[in-house]
Amino acid sequence: MDTFLQQVVSGLATGGIYASLALALVMIYQATDVVNYAQGEMAMFSTYLSWSMMNHGVPYWVAFFATVVIAFAGGVLIQRIIIRPVQNAPVLTIVIVCIGLLTILNSVAGWIYSYIIQPFPSPFPKAPIRLGHLVLGTHDLGAIGVTLLLLALIYVFFRFTTLGLAMRAAAQNPASARLVGIRVGWMLALGWGLAALVGAVAGMMVAPVIFLEPNMMSGILIYAFASATLGGFTSPGGAVLGGFMVGVMENLAGTYISFIGTSLKLTVALALIVIVLLVKPSGLFGRAAVHRV
Amino acid sequence: MDVARAESVPAARPATRPRARGWQGAGLLLLLAVACALPFTLSGFRLFQFSQVWAYAIAVLGLNMLTGYNGQISLGHGAFFALGGYTTAIMIDRWSIPYGWTIPAAGLVCLVAGFLFGIPALRLEGLYLALATFALALAVPQILKYFDSWTGGSQGIVLSKPRAPWGLPLSPDQWLYFLGLGIMVVLFALAWNLLRGRTGRAMVAIRDNPIAAAAMGINGPLYKSLTFGVSACYTGIAGALSVLAVAYVAPDTFNIFLSITFLVAVVIGGLASISGAIFGALFIQFVPNYAQDISKAAPWAIYGLSLILFMYVMPRGVSGSIRVLWRRIREGGRG
Repeated sequence: MDTFLQQVVSGLATGGIYASLALALVMIYQATDVVNYAQGEMAMFSTYLSWSMMNHGVPYWVAFFATVVIAFAGGVLIQRIIIRPVQNAPVLTIVIVCIGLLTILNSVAGWIYSYIIQPFPSPFPKAPIRLGHLVLGTHDLGAIGVTLLLLALIYVFFRFTTLGLAMRAAAQNPASARLVGIRVGWMLALGWGLAALVGAVAGMMVAPVIFLEPNMMSGILIYAFASATLGGFTSPGGAVLGGFMVGVMENLAGTYISFIGTSLKLTVALALIVIVLLVKPSGLFGRAAVHRV
Repeated sequence: MDVARAESVPAARPATRPRARGWQGAGLLLLLAVACALPFTLSGFRLFQFSQVWAYAIAVLGLNMLTGYNGQISLGHGAFFALGGYTTAIMIDRWSIPYGWTIPAAGLVCLVAGFLFGIPALRLEGLYLALATFALALAVPQILKYFDSWTGGSQGIVLSKPRAPWGLPLSPDQWLYFLGLGIMVVLFALAWNLLRGRTGRAMVAIRDNPIAAAAMGINGPLYKSLTFGVSACYTGIAGALSVLAVAYVAPDTFNIFLSITFLVAVVIGGLASISGAIFGALFIQFVPNYAQDISKAAPWAIYGLSLILFMYVMPRGVSGSIRVLWRRIREGGRG
């Protein structure tokens, strides 16, 4: 029983990481109707920025908020400069541009910061919390808290502010949105900025656990993609829940199904997700796509 | 997510005028002649690269049938490439079957596997299908390592390059080049026949408007899973050819990046175009090499930059741009 609870708890901890990046993916999808494959590398790059600030003696929280602001501006710029020229091209063209962006960011980060693995500080105290036999990492709890806080902020933003409404409108029906006076182009850019911001926070929360390295996000992005799909790409809350579920499933499958061990962990987690999708094709909490005939 | 929006891809081209078709035929023959002359002028390594291009072109055409013509996205065709490659390697290495037989066998195995995978995939579309296929591509290296008594685990299987048959005066590299070229030409001709006829029109109809297609009596599920099967079959044959040329298989060659590379090639070449497959294959084979020559420090940055530039200049892919250019020339000529 103790093993079970411990595995669930550590599953929740890794799940929190997947959840934060999944949230960024879903955000950009809701705001722009595009899945951003470069999301992980954007987060990685922002994390490096905060790392070099801290190396130059900037205190953690100053560097944190400066990075968040820079990431937002960077996301807006990327949309305006790189994505906009292909905005009206087929979706797959945009996907390829995102893949190009991914390789550029990854390669440039490796070039500037080298591929040496770097430790990254955590803002939370080091000592773990003990509850009976359970060991809870303080950083894991803190990271989960930050993810949930972000989710709440995003929910409030999209649900209760005029700007959030305008952004949803611009993504869902650009032509009608333009007719009622929304500046669609800038809404899309804002969406990219926000997603870059969420990604930057996710990166800074992940880095203390998996260490800083140009390829650090590729594995996480796969899980985040899986989490977002499991939860449903139309639902930020679903994506976060999906992240936690994937983390727990992966851990439990690795522990209890003997032939799996660690080598087939990823395969089993993905197989489970595909099975869930076959029953609910739009994810657990997603709305089924409605087509106009 | 509309994979290929209707306006981006011509549904059916008006019959080409006889004179234009004559020119096209002559151009194709000329290209084929050049391709046949190449192996006698190029070095061994370049030859090997071109053998890979033919294999890639077949795989990219397979994926293009599925994604470009039928509107089903796949991020997992690396898995079928691996399946084809391993079928060949295991048949040669474990059962000592002549390599010639292993190529159709690889195609057949992948046809069945693709068809079976296509049935559950019917329920998914867009992003969700992308994830399911993505999962397939991720799982394959792990599964291959797991069954190591067959696949040799992460060590892989080493093969020897086949010699030219019938006493032909060709080196193994030259023979593999011609083998790949020949199979590619045959498969391209078959695909051209398949796609311009009734079946091809049904595939495109399902992509553009599944409801209207069903109303016209097209059996959507059957066509979609068959397309998946044929697409996987092409990719499997390509995998077999590629493994023969490399003379080695290992699980980690077939990583997720390979599947993404195929998709890149499809889009760079042009969605829903047959000739585009060759342009796409040339791109994914040679651009990474040239990027390495330009900048040793950050080669993938150059690769990414060229991807983005290509998409700016030719948002419809190479063959889409050629199509537009050709139309302009013809209309310009008429006044």
